[in-house]
Amino acid sequence: MTIHSEHDPSGPLDGARVAVTGGTSGLGLALLRELRDRHARVAFVARNRARVDEVARDHPGSFGIVGDVARKDDIYPVALQIVGDLGGLDVLINNASSLGSAPLALLGDTDCEDFELALATNVLGPFRLTKALLGALSASAREGRGGVVLNVSSDAAMNPYPGWGAYGASKAALHHLSRIWNEELSNDGLSVLSLDPGDMDTPLHAIAVPDADPETLKRPETAARELADAIAAALTRRRVGVVERVATLQEAGA
Amino acid sequence: MNPADRPIQRPRDAKLLAIDARGRITHMARRRFVDVLRPGDLVIANDAATLPASLRGVHGPSRADIEVRLAGRSSLAAESVTAFSAVVFGGGDFRTRTEDRALPPALAPGDRLELGPLSATVEALLDHPRLVSVRFDGSPAAIWAGLARHGRPIQYAHVPAPLALWDVWTPIAGLPVAFEAPSATFALDWRSIQSMRDRGIAFATITLAAGISSTGDPDLDRRLPFDEPYRISEATARLIHRAKNEGRRVVAVGTTVVRALEHAAAEDGTPRPGDHVATARIGPGSKLRIADVILSGTHEPGSSHYQLLRAFADDTTLERANGALEAGRYRTHEFGDSVLIERMPRVGVSASDGPDVPSDACGLAAA
Repeated sequence: MTIHSEHDPSGPLDGARVAVTGGTSGLGLALLRELRDRHARVAFVARNRARVDEVARDHPGSFGIVGDVARKDDIYPVALQIVGDLGGLDVLINNASSLGSAPLALLGDTDCEDFELALATNVLGPFRLTKALLGALSASAREGRGGVVLNVSSDAAMNPYPGWGAYGASKAALHHLSRIWNEELSNDGLSVLSLDPGDMDTPLHAIAVPDADPETLKRPETAARELADAIAAALTRRRVGVVERVATLQEAGA
Repeated sequence: MNPADRPIQRPRDAKLLAIDARGRITHMARRRFVDVLRPGDLVIANDAATLPASLRGVHGPSRADIEVRLAGRSSLAAESVTAFSAVVFGGGDFRTRTEDRALPPALAPGDRLELGPLSATVEALLDHPRLVSVRFDGSPAAIWAGLARHGRPIQYAHVPAPLALWDVWTPIAGLPVAFEAPSATFALDWRSIQSMRDRGIAFATITLAAGISSTGDPDLDRRLPFDEPYRISEATARLIHRAKNEGRRVVAVGTTVVRALEHAAAEDGTPRPGDHVATARIGPGSKLRIADVILSGTHEPGSSHYQLLRAFADDTTLERANGALEAGRYRTHEFGDSVLIERMPRVGVSASDGPDVPSDACGLAAA
C-alpha cells in the first residue's frame, strides 16, 4: 500500500460518513484520528460507556455509540444511531475483534464458548452490522458517493499459527465472507475490502503475545494511514465507476 | 381479507395479483414479480428505514401512563430529531386495537413527558386533543441513543408478537426517517434487484418519511396521511427524467413513492431533486405524471391507500380485483400479499389535477 505523508484536504474522505467499530483503543482509535484528520465525519462504536464518552469528548464532532457487535440485540440500535447521527453512511469499518481465548490456547484447550465469542465478534457481528447498514451504504453508492466496507483481517486468517485457532478460523471466515460479498455487491456500486493491517502494538496484541517487543511491532497510526489510503482509493474507484456507467448509459440512450 | 399476523417480510407463499392497463387480472407468486416488468422499466422504491417511533412513558402532570407515537417531522435532516408531531395514547399497548385504546390524559402546552431515557415537552396541540407537537431535551446524538434504547416499532393488534427493528427495516432500509415501514418494499430483496439488473430494468430510490397509517380516532384518521418530507437524489431525478423522455415506464414500489413522485412533478412535470414535503393526496381524478405502475400491499376499500389506487385503475376494475383478492384468500396489512397495477389509459388523465380526496378511516396497512 502507498503511504502518503500529506493528505489532500479535498481527498475522497473529505466529508465522507464513516463508522468504525472497536473505536476506543488500538487500531480503531488510530483510525478515528486518521479519518478525522482527513475531514471525514466519524461515528465509532465500543462496549464501555465511560470510555466511549471519554473518546467522544476528546474528539469533538465525532459520535460515540455504546454497543457490542457480538450481541445480536445491539446491532439494529447501533445501526440506527450510526445512520441517524451521520445522516447516511459511506464507509463501514468492521474493526472490533476478539481473540476468543485470552490468553491464546491450543484448539484442544479452547473452550467452545471462547470460540463462539470469536465467531460472534469477528464473523457474525460484522455480517449482521453490514447487512443492517447495506441499505444506507447502497443508497450512498446510488448517489455516486461510493460505498465501502472494510473488514479488518489478519495474517492469522491465512496462516495456521498454532495457538491462534479461534481467532484465525474466525478471521478466515470473515475474509472469505468479505470476498463473496464483494463479488455480490460489486454491481451495486459497493466494495467490500478485507485487509491485514499487520502485527501492531495494540492492547489486543499485548494480550495475545504479552512478551512481544513493541519495537518490532507496527504502530497502529501507520496501519490506520494505510487502511485510510485503501478506503480512499476504493471510494475514488467507485465514484469514477459511477461516472463511467452514467456516461455509457447516456451514450446508449442517445 | 384476512390480516397477515406474522412479521415475515417475504413469506415463500406471498401472492401477487397483477392488473394490466386493460384491466386483465393475473395471479402469481410475488417472488416472481420482476418477471412481469419490462426491460427499460425504472423501478423506484422508498429506502427509508423505520424509526422505533413508539415510546412508552409517563405524562408528568398527571403521572398517567402514556404511549407516544411519533408521527411527523418537518425535514429529513440528520439533526432534525428534536421536534416531532405525535399521537398520544393512554396506558396499554399495541395488543389493544387502536380504536379501543384508552385516551391519554388532557394534554396542554408545557406538559413534560418522561419517556424512558428521553424527556420531552408538549409544545402545542395540533387542533386535536391527542395530536401534539413535542420537543425532546438533549442533543440529537442523545435523542438517537434514547430512541435506539427505548423506542419500539409502531405496530397494531393484528400482529401479536412484539416487533423488533429487523422486522420492519426493509432490505434496502437506509436513512431512519419513516414512522411506519414502507411495507410495499418488503417485496424486494437483493436477488430481485439483481434480477432487474440482469433484465435491463433500472432501480432507483427516493426517501420519504412514511407516516402512521392509523390513529384509531376517526377525526384524526380523516387527516391522514399527514405531510411527509421526502428527498429525491440527483441520480434518481436524472433516471426519472430520462425514462419519461424515452417513454419508458416508471414502476413505483408503494403508495409513498407515488405520493413523492407526483408531488415532486406537480410544478413542471418532472421531479426536482432535493428535499420537499409531500402535502397533496392522490385519488380518483388525480393526474399521474410519473408513475405508470404501482406495486403495493393489498388495501381495503375506504383507506387512503385504496384511494390512491383509484388513480391507477377505474372502480369497476378495482371492484373485480377486490373480488379476486377475497376469492384467492389474499392476506392484507403490512406483512400481507401484494398487487401490481398498471395505470389504465383513461384513469387519471381526463380530469384536471383533481380535488383533494378525503381519506376515510384508514386501514392499517402502510404501503
